[in-house]
Amino acid sequence: MSGHSTYQPKTGFERWLDARLPIVRLGYDSFVDYPTPRNLNYWWTFGGILSLCLASQLITGIILVMHYTPSAAGAFASVEHIMRDVNYGWLIRYMHANGASMFFIAVYIHMLRGLYYGSYKAPREVLWLLGCVIYLLMMATAFMGYVLPWGQMSFHGAVVITNLFGALPLVGESITTWLWGGFAVDNPTLNRFFSLHYLLPFMIAGVVILHIWALHVVGQNNPTGVEPKSKADTVPFTPYATVKDGFAMSVFLILFAFFVFYMPNALGHADNYIEANPLVTPSHIVPEWYFLPFYAILRAVPDKLMGVLAMFGAIACLFALPWLDTSKVRSMRYRPTAKIYFVFFLVACCILGVCGAKLPDDPVIPHLTTFQLMGSDLNSFVWLSRVASLYYFAFFLVVLPVLGLVEKTLPVPDSIASPALSADANKG
Amino acid sequence: MLRKLSVIAAAAGLLVAGAAGPALASGGAQHAKDIQWSFEGPFGKFDQAQLQRGFKVYREVCSACHSMKMVAFRNLGDKGGPFYNEKYPNSNDNPWVKAIAKDYEVNDIDGETGDAIKRPATSADYFPSPFANEAAARASNGGALPPDMSLLAKARSAGPDYIYSLLTGYATPPKGLTVPTGGHYNPYFPGDLTSAWHGDHNAVPKGGFIAMAPPLKADLVTFDDGTKSTLDQQAKDVSAFLMWAAEPKLEERKQTGFAVLIYLVLLSGLLYASYKAVWRNESH
Amino acid sequence: MADTAVGATTEPEHGSDPSRRDFIHIAAIAAAAGGAATLVWPFIDQMNPSADTRALASTEFDLTKVAEGQQVTIKWRGKPLFVRNRTKAEIAKAVADDNVAMKDPATDASRVKPGKSQWLIVGGNCTHLGCVPTFGGGEYGGWFCPCHGSVYDTSGRIRKGPAPTNLVVPEYAFLTDTKVKIG
Repeated sequence: MSGHSTYQPKTGFERWLDARLPIVRLGYDSFVDYPTPRNLNYWWTFGGILSLCLASQLITGIILVMHYTPSAAGAFASVEHIMRDVNYGWLIRYMHANGASMFFIAVYIHMLRGLYYGSYKAPREVLWLLGCVIYLLMMATAFMGYVLPWGQMSFHGAVVITNLFGALPLVGESITTWLWGGFAVDNPTLNRFFSLHYLLPFMIAGVVILHIWALHVVGQNNPTGVEPKSKADTVPFTPYATVKDGFAMSVFLILFAFFVFYMPNALGHADNYIEANPLVTPSHIVPEWYFLPFYAILRAVPDKLMGVLAMFGAIACLFALPWLDTSKVRSMRYRPTAKIYFVFFLVACCILGVCGAKLPDDPVIPHLTTFQLMGSDLNSFVWLSRVASLYYFAFFLVVLPVLGLVEKTLPVPDSIASPALSADANKG
Repeated sequence: MLRKLSVIAAAAGLLVAGAAGPALASGGAQHAKDIQWSFEGPFGKFDQAQLQRGFKVYREVCSACHSMKMVAFRNLGDKGGPFYNEKYPNSNDNPWVKAIAKDYEVNDIDGETGDAIKRPATSADYFPSPFANEAAARASNGGALPPDMSLLAKARSAGPDYIYSLLTGYATPPKGLTVPTGGHYNPYFPGDLTSAWHGDHNAVPKGGFIAMAPPLKADLVTFDDGTKSTLDQQAKDVSAFLMWAAEPKLEERKQTGFAVLIYLVLLSGLLYASYKAVWRNESH
Repeated sequence: MADTAVGATTEPEHGSDPSRRDFIHIAAIAAAAGGAATLVWPFIDQMNPSADTRALASTEFDLTKVAEGQQVTIKWRGKPLFVRNRTKAEIAKAVADDNVAMKDPATDASRVKPGKSQWLIVGGNCTHLGCVPTFGGGEYGGWFCPCHGSVYDTSGRIRKGPAPTNLVVPEYAFLTDTKVKIG
């Protein structure tokens, strides 16, 4: 909660600066003395981890641009130049490519934490919305970044996604041509994606600052969902949260290092090591793993325009979330029924992710043919996507609004300090 | 407790969906054989003798049709490469590299007349392509384009396993399969044989038709170190060489990774101890 | 929320050893800082010349193209290089000035290979601010730089003007009587 600043400038220089630009005071109030709920668990360390990911991507990205050639003729070869000839180029490239995946792993955990503990509920709606904006910017950045190596997946992925805009009635084709800068994805498209891919991360950084600002106005949520009521409920951010975040970042870096050094291409596609060829389509166009659930939702709907709307609708549900959930209880720790629906939501997202990577008409259970419905066998990934998509939308549009009105909740503790200090501290 | 259950439930859901078969084009290729390579695993290293044999196979057989334009002669002398020697840390000075380069001719422009000429390559040059451009390559190969070898081992999902399986996997086409002119049946080559198959429609053979005729046979290349030159050996060696060509920094990457992971584990330990010390008297 | 300076519950516990506790924090921070410092090196080294640039560090040149009294300018490491076939008069003039007072003293013999004093190979950039000097200007019979008036003699030594040192002689070696490897 914002309150009185307790910063005392010690040296003459500090006093001089504090009277002109109180930036040290701002840093002290936000990250040293800032009252943090004492019961935050490890799910709360992902904000710090995300900042680490953003910094890593920015630094490695700026270095890569020093060696990259943003032209259709030179891009692919310049990436190989980085991998083979630039000192430590292989390390910086693999850090950037795998760093994007790590960024999305962290952001999904961060968002799921928000969902489970009700961090989107009043007074944190703007905080949640800013987070959704960051997520959108991340998706745009990642999509454009993946096009830059100009491999087969880069190129054909760009073709598929830019063609989606053609589904819009009347203006669709003009918009697609405008996006391409030509009659197909080609050099002009690559160059503008390069420019925007460089720009967007700085916009993300800006929105992150707003996100942290909004957070500090309302204060952090915590696993009980009960706001801090007294000094007993909080600890100063430094060293209590700082050291915990530091430990969590170190463990996260182990996972990151494992990918970079031992499985650097596991999360990518072999086809992207083939130079882009507009005349040859890869047998299996698949987006990067973090887009797979939305790709599955897109393909679940038989109509092109409706599929595009469903895909964007899935993201729109996130924006509408604070107003969809009617529960008076914030944290699902005390909402046993909601917890079960949440677990199913998680499973549905994973299923959608798997479906996004499969061919729509491939059988889910091998060698089993059942009956045809709407042009596809029931035992097919497209039908599994439809069921999972249905649950995805139902969770936001039906479950959360209705459950809040009819569910039985567990008694919510009076304050943070009481459950933490009791012998059988609830860890759920 | 319920957190643990939910994670397990999610994992189970993922496993069920994931175990439902890989995404193959209907029919699809046979899974590549699983070979134990010297460079596999966290401590993998290239076997220099194998790389030299593999390079000989590439040079004497494959380079007639396949370019390797992202690999320079000097890379052969880099650390981890087939002709690396500690006495020549700068691969441009490596005498084996210079000797190999001189045997090749590369295109250049005469500085005085401006004519297009061919000159002997130096270690700084890249492997020249056998064909001037894609159209010429296709014209000489019945319309098919022999892919560049620089990244082939990373451009196929099973990598060197796939290359080895393909080279050793040529088989007599099963009865009932119509083989098109210029095509060769290979069960490891991706493709859909349903339309060329006249047998039992529930038993469409795996694989596809590749334009390349079986390129290797026993004793085709004599190995300087005396290794028996079986088809299997040639295929293994050239696959290992192509893996090096695609990822010359593999050894350096894995060695650095080991040091980094040890450091991070130690750092995590220190930070955990620090965390525990900070929170020692606080309820959490 | 009211002021939350360090609250009562965060005092160090009586009986624990503060210096032991502080050590672990120092160790952790030091380890993290050490790791960060090690990580910085690849990010700095990547700006150093890459392997393909280093490979083009040397070039071979055929001297039969340069007639006596002529000079050829070639591009080496991205910059001009003068390869001059000096006349006997030019060599004599250079040797005669060997012991004259100059800004960057050097004998002519130290700037050529033994037995091959007709061949002078020097970098084509003025050591003042990098302009390319022309031959035949200035009173020492050598090079003249039009930018700020530096004058070099027939051995490429700075004799007049703001340039601080002689034209740079690169590392080179004769492979045969008519071929040099530079760099």
